[in-house]
Amino acid sequence: MTNSRKILDAPDFIRTVNRLSHEIVERNRGASSIGIVGIRTRGDYLARRIASAIASMEKVAVPIGTLDITLYRDDLRGKLSQPRLNTTNILYDIAGKDIILVDDVLFTGRTVRAALNALMDIGRPSSIQLAVLVDRGHRELPIKADFVGKNIPTSVNEEVQVHMTEVDREDSVYVKLLQSPTEKE
Amino acid sequence: MGLSSRHLLGLDGAPKSDIELILETAVSFKEILGRPIKKVPTLQGKTIANLFFESSTRTRISFELAERRLSADVVNFSASGSSVSKGETLKDTARNIEAMKIDMVVIRHNAAGTAHFLTRVVQAAVLNAGDGCHEHPTQALLDMYTLKEKFGSLEGLRVCIVGDISHSRVARSNIYGLRTMGAKVSVCGPATLIPREIEKLGVEVYHRIDDVLPKVDALNVLRIQMERQAGGLFPSLREYNRFFGVTKDRLEKIDHPITIMHPGPINRDVELSADVADGPHSVILDQVLNGVAIRMAVLYLLGTTQ
Amino acid sequence: MPKKYLLQGGRFIDPSTHTDSILDILIVDGVIQSMKPSIAPPSDCEVIDLRGKLVAPGFIDMHVHLREPGFEHKETIETGTLSAAHGGFTAVCCMPNTNPAIDDESIVHFVHSKGKNVNNGIVDVFPIGAVTKGRKGKELSSIAELVQAGAVGLSDDGAPVYDAEIMRRALEYASMYDVPIIQHCEEPALVQGGVMNEGLVATELGMPGIPPVAEEIMIGRDVQLTEYTRSRYHVAHISTAGSVGLVRDAKKKGVRITCEVTPHHFTLTDDAVRSFDTNTKMNPPLRTQTDIDAIKLGLRDGTIDVIATDHAPHSLDEKEVDYLQAPFGIVGLETAIGLAITELVVTKILSLAQLIEKFSTNPRKIIGRTIETREGELANLTFMDLDAVWTVKTSRFKSKSKNSPFEERTLKGKAIGIFNHGIALVY
Repeated sequence: MTNSRKILDAPDFIRTVNRLSHEIVERNRGASSIGIVGIRTRGDYLARRIASAIASMEKVAVPIGTLDITLYRDDLRGKLSQPRLNTTNILYDIAGKDIILVDDVLFTGRTVRAALNALMDIGRPSSIQLAVLVDRGHRELPIKADFVGKNIPTSVNEEVQVHMTEVDREDSVYVKLLQSPTEKE
Repeated sequence: MGLSSRHLLGLDGAPKSDIELILETAVSFKEILGRPIKKVPTLQGKTIANLFFESSTRTRISFELAERRLSADVVNFSASGSSVSKGETLKDTARNIEAMKIDMVVIRHNAAGTAHFLTRVVQAAVLNAGDGCHEHPTQALLDMYTLKEKFGSLEGLRVCIVGDISHSRVARSNIYGLRTMGAKVSVCGPATLIPREIEKLGVEVYHRIDDVLPKVDALNVLRIQMERQAGGLFPSLREYNRFFGVTKDRLEKIDHPITIMHPGPINRDVELSADVADGPHSVILDQVLNGVAIRMAVLYLLGTTQ
Repeated sequence: MPKKYLLQGGRFIDPSTHTDSILDILIVDGVIQSMKPSIAPPSDCEVIDLRGKLVAPGFIDMHVHLREPGFEHKETIETGTLSAAHGGFTAVCCMPNTNPAIDDESIVHFVHSKGKNVNNGIVDVFPIGAVTKGRKGKELSSIAELVQAGAVGLSDDGAPVYDAEIMRRALEYASMYDVPIIQHCEEPALVQGGVMNEGLVATELGMPGIPPVAEEIMIGRDVQLTEYTRSRYHVAHISTAGSVGLVRDAKKKGVRITCEVTPHHFTLTDDAVRSFDTNTKMNPPLRTQTDIDAIKLGLRDGTIDVIATDHAPHSLDEKEVDYLQAPFGIVGLETAIGLAITELVVTKILSLAQLIEKFSTNPRKIIGRTIETREGELANLTFMDLDAVWTVKTSRFKSKSKNSPFEERTLKGKAIGIFNHGIALVY
């Protein structure tokens, strides 16, 4: 497709994830206090990649969990079709942990806002840090990522598409021009 | 993605996909009920009226808890002490409530069809919390959820509903729901408490509890209402207990464990002996917790659609 | 100056004289002066064009609740007879479950004279007297006085005469005057609290049922009493296959029994109750397709003599409550002919002559108010259009009440007018 450009290919993608993992370990002086939480769906896969990267470099198992933020969204009423509710699955106690919240794309910040509320309802971590693969700008809330894989300047009528082999054919990131302005998430 | 209807009136005719969606959604809410903070902001700004024209502590509390845990505003309206007793019609009550801009109505009434009637007179989404002897869909859904949790699947599961089938909305909703989900359903009770032609709903009828026990995986034991005895439908509670009571002795004769459910409140040692109700195969307290999760799921699914 | 009408070109069917031909009918001051294939219109004559239409001896609905005195918010003699007129009826029999009940000659006189004074008396009102005082089933009412005052039959309709001894004596007493006892057939102990037919649908809906045997047991008992007392007995609103069989067998044995069916009992089944529309709640309740099939057979073979509506008006407020609380009954006068033609004539269950028998000849014979349509007699006629396709709109009903389950139903065939007591009403 002509109005679609590739930002990261598979090797870039893996390098970026590894760099993010290193930065997280570095900033937290190891992995002993870390817990990772991925936001469904691709944030969750990304979280698993980061967790296994950290585990292999630090030789410790990093606790990992999945967060479904549907119940905390501020746009449930405006949706035409109801999002399917998934389960939050965090089997470790997040209290006192440095929680790395992982998502694929940081856009308006609303998803992160919902995730922060959801996390706070589950327990009281000592800190929450945000790691994203792509920051595409256009923030609507005062939210900033601690770890960014790649900053990609975009216009509002573009869409950032993250593909991961867990659910897609390849690891890659595309920016695609939309016919009509995207519904912001 | 959502339910096929904007109301939940019953399980008669409800598509399998709707029941599956509710049961799946309830899994997420059960997880929330295990958290330190058991509340989510999902229905913030929504107002739900609980119209209880018939007294029911348990169902009302379960609904109210579910509503509050979804952060909805809750208005309670019960028949005693309200204008209903002053001869105001159901329709007037409903219209008044509508004028107060209520988003959802949960209704319990002693006449079949009142939830259906409400959908014709108000705009709000209507959730049937029991209409006469007709349906009590959330009870059946929580029963099915409990069975699914225990057995993994409802397909082919053998469930017998024991007791006063004629006057039971729980029995009817369970029959409709379980049949749709592929379970094998039977009923057992005195002939005077089994409604005519019920076998046409695809259930087997038994009048001897010992005949059905070897053939089932789970029993749903219904509360026997004392007033049915006064109505001449069975001779005495003692006789009922001797011939239809679910007791340890009876269950011990069966070579496989039978899961015991009861919608509550239990008449101990009438329809169900105390040691069975509190025994290892009883899931009665799970039903109570699952009830909140199921009601949260239904409220979420009905409350967030257009 | 005499008032003259020429009814032109209608197809006139009268089963009592085996007539079926296209005739012009000249009526002068209410009396038929001439019936011929072609009559030249005299001067000062109003011509009613009935070409392509059907003309029959005036229809009578022998089972109507006019509600007056006592329940005028539901219906009055005036609105009820207007409803009858617009439904194609020139006469109604009104049931005595008024307040006070029609158990005294003064009330018969009241209803009778009120009937003459409303709507120019175009619809004859024939009161049915109560069998027992206050319809309480305990003591016989003054049957001889009621009959003398003009009561054409006796009934405690709305409730059965449940005491076998009282029923026996009522049959005996009424037989002196050759008026029928019209029984609302149900064994009360078997009905208690029931709101619909007992069967699969009631089982599915969890509603208290009225078993068919409740009706059949009462008919069975009464047939024996009628036979034993050699009296005359009429079954109101028959509703079950078993009942049709009982009546057929009794007739074969020579028992003087007749019966009627309502249009809703040959049109709707208890499936209609699934809507929870309280306009599907009536007593006897809507039954099953098996019952409808038996009723249609009974209509065809003559077991069922009469079609009557059991017109039972209730106000909107009374009906717009939950199903258990709602009163029994629906209005029927303005849909009866349409339903009968649609369900019975179009489907070839009944011939037109049979239809007219059930709406006119037979019921008039049962209550002893026969009419003859020939030169020199009073013109008492119903006009119909068999081909009219129309949709029921309860808002257009002349009845004070609109409690009909047939709203928005499309029917084929309707009444288009009546003629009685020198007055033509064509709508």
